[in-house]
Amino acid sequence: MSPRPLADYAAAEVRDAIVAGALAPSDAVDASLRRADETGAGKDGLNLVLWSDPAASRQDARAAGAALERADGAGRLFGVPVMVKDNIATDRLPTTCASRILAGYVSPFEATAVRRLREAGAVVVGKTNCDEFAMGSSTEYGAWGPARNPLDPTRVTGGSSGGSAGAVAAGLVRIALGSETGGSVRQPASFCGVVGIKPTYGRVSRWGLVAFASSLDQIGVFGRTVDDAALGLEIIAGRDPLDSTSAERPVPSYREATYDSLDGLVIGRPREYFPTTLDPRIRALCDRAADALEKLGAKVKEVSLPHTGLAIPVYYIIAPAEASSNLARFDGARYGLRIEGDALRAMYDATRSGGFGPEVTRRILLGTYVLSAGYYDAYYRKAQEVRSLIAEDFRTVFEDGVDLLLTPTTPSAAFELGSVSVPYEMYLSDIFTATANLAGVPAMSLPVGRVAGLPVGAQLIAPYFEESRMLGAAYALERTLGDEAHR
Amino acid sequence: MSIAPDDVRHIAALARLALDEGRLPSLVEELNVILAHMKVLQGVDTEGVIGAAGVGASGTPLRADVGAPIQLSMPLDQIAPRMRDGFFLVPRLDTHGELGASVAGEP
Repeated sequence: MSPRPLADYAAAEVRDAIVAGALAPSDAVDASLRRADETGAGKDGLNLVLWSDPAASRQDARAAGAALERADGAGRLFGVPVMVKDNIATDRLPTTCASRILAGYVSPFEATAVRRLREAGAVVVGKTNCDEFAMGSSTEYGAWGPARNPLDPTRVTGGSSGGSAGAVAAGLVRIALGSETGGSVRQPASFCGVVGIKPTYGRVSRWGLVAFASSLDQIGVFGRTVDDAALGLEIIAGRDPLDSTSAERPVPSYREATYDSLDGLVIGRPREYFPTTLDPRIRALCDRAADALEKLGAKVKEVSLPHTGLAIPVYYIIAPAEASSNLARFDGARYGLRIEGDALRAMYDATRSGGFGPEVTRRILLGTYVLSAGYYDAYYRKAQEVRSLIAEDFRTVFEDGVDLLLTPTTPSAAFELGSVSVPYEMYLSDIFTATANLAGVPAMSLPVGRVAGLPVGAQLIAPYFEESRMLGAAYALERTLGDEAHR
Repeated sequence: MSIAPDDVRHIAALARLALDEGRLPSLVEELNVILAHMKVLQGVDTEGVIGAAGVGASGTPLRADVGAPIQLSMPLDQIAPRMRDGFFLVPRLDTHGELGASVAGEP
């Protein structure tokens, strides 16, 4: 290989170099660990990586090298270092969901998505920072301190999967796993200038993903490029008997979805995602992306998704409601923290109050309220009905001949640490992303330019299980924008 | 509909959370601000609309409720401090001293 930094090589290139003997599996892992040190990715620096075990990762790399010598077959991520969000179960490394209530918890089993990465030959080199139980949009709400954006450490990474996005942006790894409930992969991908995919609900097994809002949660993938993310997705996607909501559908080769031409593709530009209040610089970058798609042969037309403006109220009823139920299991009896009280009930109360941070507490209270007697119909049932209308918006527009939607990923670029303190203001960060989770459709963010030096992402949204179509357009757009996407 | 301090005390009790009384006024305000934004939903006509219980109908059909074996990274007896008859023995809660065996009380 030429003397480029290893971080500049795509995941597939690293794998091929190892298989060809130009690199040892330990070289890639060592480069990743060295890069983490150089960039200060640990707790005292950018705080992107919470847990790592360099000795174990090196041992995994050596085992990979031995397997290669035995000609056991080399997987599609053979020897490639990857990172995993701290709410996805891994054996050996802790899985704390960035919460004190799970401090020190090590899962006795591994998430299916992680197991599939390992079976493809990947080496897990770290668990990444996030908002506590994935509840947040900035990675400031974790128990182990805020993550900092590697492009500007005074700013947030976005969230909740900010550590994974930052790790990819800082060149620690080319592929990292995150999780999505309302935009927690796409929003930090936009803020950090990397690619982030939220697959169709059911495309990737949720087994081993600590539940936040089960009807919305999906494991997603970050990549430095579209190809890195597509490779990660095609490895983790597919039916899993351990998750009854995983879909019985074959997994296409997403990396073959590279289009030279987008002739005949109809791309909708939903007017509700381009309000008059949208930062004109973000609008201009999305318009430039739309122009690039048109030059490739696509037809771009304005469409309407009329219930978009209701997504945040709906999301912040449904997600806390499900969270209040899912997080009931953390009571000191079985997992992590226990704070003793003078009676059983006192132990529950003390453990949960001492273990959960302020945002998780707020959402549990909100969720309990909207599910409680007298308020269920007004809030929860109503939100579920409006959720149907939001999903129907997508069905209608796709049935009317639109193949993909193009929108901004976020209404702003990365904001300064500590600058958003009002909870509902923070919730509005998800305004362009929560709709895809509510409807269950796939969506992704890819970089399309910068505003005042900060990355801005555009979002592509596709019909159910049409990740290949979405990635095909993303490959084409990425190739056409070239370096312009990063300046 | 707005939330009063007693409402927050009530839902905190339902949610098994011990609230600091000093934190109560700010929590009441925060929850009321959030819920005020939810009011917009009351004006949406949902007559005849069936609420989405999820997005499963779009690709996740019902199937037999058969569990698959879970691959553990270590044997069960290495996870639990003690086991008996295939069950975990866990530390007895302070308040349940009179009930049955525990790790400490195992014969």
